[in-house]
Amino acid sequence: MDASSIIRKTAADQRVTPNFVDFAGERQRFSWEAAGRELSGATGKGGINIAAEAVERQAAGALRSKTAFRFLSRGKPARDVSFGEMSVLTSRFANVLKGLGIGCGERVFILAGRIPELYIAVLGGLKHGAVVSPLFSAFGPEPIATRVNLGAGRVLVTTDALYERKVAKWRDRMPTLEHVLLVAEEGGGTSIAGTLDLATLMAAAGDACEVAPTGAEDMALLHFTSGTTGTPKGAVHVHGAVVTHYATGRYALDLHADDIFWCTADPGWVTGTSYGIIAPLLHGVTSIIDREEFDAERWYGILQDEGVTVWYTAPTAIRMLMKAGAEIPRKYRLPQLRFIASVGEPLNPEAVRWGKEVLGLAVHDNWWQTETGGIMIANTPAFDIKPGSMGRPLPGIDAAIVRHHEDGTVTLIDEPDVEGELVLKRGWPSMFRGYLNNEERYRKCFAGPDNEWYLTGDLAKRDADGYFWFVGRADDVIKSAGHLIGPFEVESALMEHPAVAEAGVIGKPDPMVGEVVKAFVSLKHGFEASEALRMDLLGHARKRLGAAVAPKEIAFLPSLPRTRSGKIMRRLLKARELGLPEGDTSTLETA
Amino acid sequence: MNETEIRTTALTTLLSIAPEVEADELRGDRPLRNQVDLDSMDWLNFLLGLHEKLKVDIPEADYARLITLDDVVAYLQKKLGDA
Repeated sequence: MDASSIIRKTAADQRVTPNFVDFAGERQRFSWEAAGRELSGATGKGGINIAAEAVERQAAGALRSKTAFRFLSRGKPARDVSFGEMSVLTSRFANVLKGLGIGCGERVFILAGRIPELYIAVLGGLKHGAVVSPLFSAFGPEPIATRVNLGAGRVLVTTDALYERKVAKWRDRMPTLEHVLLVAEEGGGTSIAGTLDLATLMAAAGDACEVAPTGAEDMALLHFTSGTTGTPKGAVHVHGAVVTHYATGRYALDLHADDIFWCTADPGWVTGTSYGIIAPLLHGVTSIIDREEFDAERWYGILQDEGVTVWYTAPTAIRMLMKAGAEIPRKYRLPQLRFIASVGEPLNPEAVRWGKEVLGLAVHDNWWQTETGGIMIANTPAFDIKPGSMGRPLPGIDAAIVRHHEDGTVTLIDEPDVEGELVLKRGWPSMFRGYLNNEERYRKCFAGPDNEWYLTGDLAKRDADGYFWFVGRADDVIKSAGHLIGPFEVESALMEHPAVAEAGVIGKPDPMVGEVVKAFVSLKHGFEASEALRMDLLGHARKRLGAAVAPKEIAFLPSLPRTRSGKIMRRLLKARELGLPEGDTSTLETA
Repeated sequence: MNETEIRTTALTTLLSIAPEVEADELRGDRPLRNQVDLDSMDWLNFLLGLHEKLKVDIPEADYARLITLDDVVAYLQKKLGDA
């Protein structure tokens, strides 16, 4: 790259001394054992528990009355919840679970917008020793049921409105689900048959509760991610992951004790849990949680009025702010803001520089995925940014580029600027410990001597200075607004429509959200392609999948290209969509 | 264009993005995005669609005021009246 485009950092860029200034030295000195010793390990029995570290450790000390979360929602006053109050509320929730007979290791799903109860249920569930799985509230009934069934959910915490829209009619499809706890969206109580009112249960529950004696390898969180084929994968994360949440909060987000932190991600995605809930609490900082959807004016207003110092957001949001124009930010003053980080998909160089020009701060891209549980490779405050690069590996993380051979083996690529698969050396605490009920799929994620490398499925290259650059996905998974969408899940929903004979789904490049989901369908005999049918299919898919997963575009084709073995060739559909050369089509059946 | 026509246009535009919506179940005085699953892209496409159908400029700075369907209709009516 052109050296002049590098954003150089000087002492004048630092309003506080960054936590990570000596790249080689810190990486050399760092050990996960030492990082873990900075946490209390206080579960009462020598183990480790995420909620104990995030909530109890702070509530028992000087931060008891400090605001842990400030919840914002439109038209209502902010609600501040202190570390001490979080301790009490999470204990009550743990006691609610106990009262329902939920045991250690049993699964609690949460489907809600960013309301206080979501945060209380996640941490209270962890405190109780339950396995917690937050689901994105924009999921439709189909993705919800698939995930609850995969995880054998016994409890679902949701709101009355979401329950009626997305769960009630589908409940008999979720046989493991025994208890549904409802929060009233408009306040007050709920009384829907077959459900319990969470507020009533919480009011009756006791304030005292012992943190479950979980160990570092006990399952804590279940985050679902999408693959190319088959059902979504439930990535298993353990309580020991909290050491990574802590260390990366320090190095990648540069959290300092008096920061006001805003992570804009929804806890339905791993970022919103690892960094929207856990990491800021571990560092004792105050977190801003906004219930509302993206809105440029509102977001600048929050940054200004709440005095946000560290902001962790996503490329789609940055690009939407760019689109909203430079006039709006001129109305706001953001003197407190000192560090901006972004994750979800590669941040284009224009967006990195836009931050510098319009907000006075470059945007720092970082890279990780559901399976890694925490930030792995990052641009951080003290170091130069090469716009478009994901940065360099954090302390405790070894990353490399490999050639991934057909037989599953890998060869390390040492020379710089050569494209290959990005791999990470296993051993960091927040690495996933399995895909639920799918040992084979998990095993396939590792290769090399002693299976020491985790294969990320992302193609990348490393330059001579050790910066990593994202190239693309090694598979057909679609990345839209920073979230992975499995084409198979979308195709399956379309196939349920009586008119559809076959469906192929691709990610179509989009300047705003990276990729949008586009579906190609061929119709059964007796059905004619029409605008009305297209709308019917779109509505059908959205009802089942929800807005976040359903296609944005649907096109009709007489038939879809398949390989001789019968697999739909998504790559060819994509090449045609983009007007690219179609490559080797020798295995094609219908071209 | 009267209020009813504007409301019909707004609903048609919404239905072209989210055909699953039952128009008669929508409450005009409640936040639209609490009743209909619209992600950020759907919402932008909705506003863009209104702009194209009605030739009304909807500057980004006004988005924050457009919460309910009633808000949207009243806003468009004012804009069309001013034009």
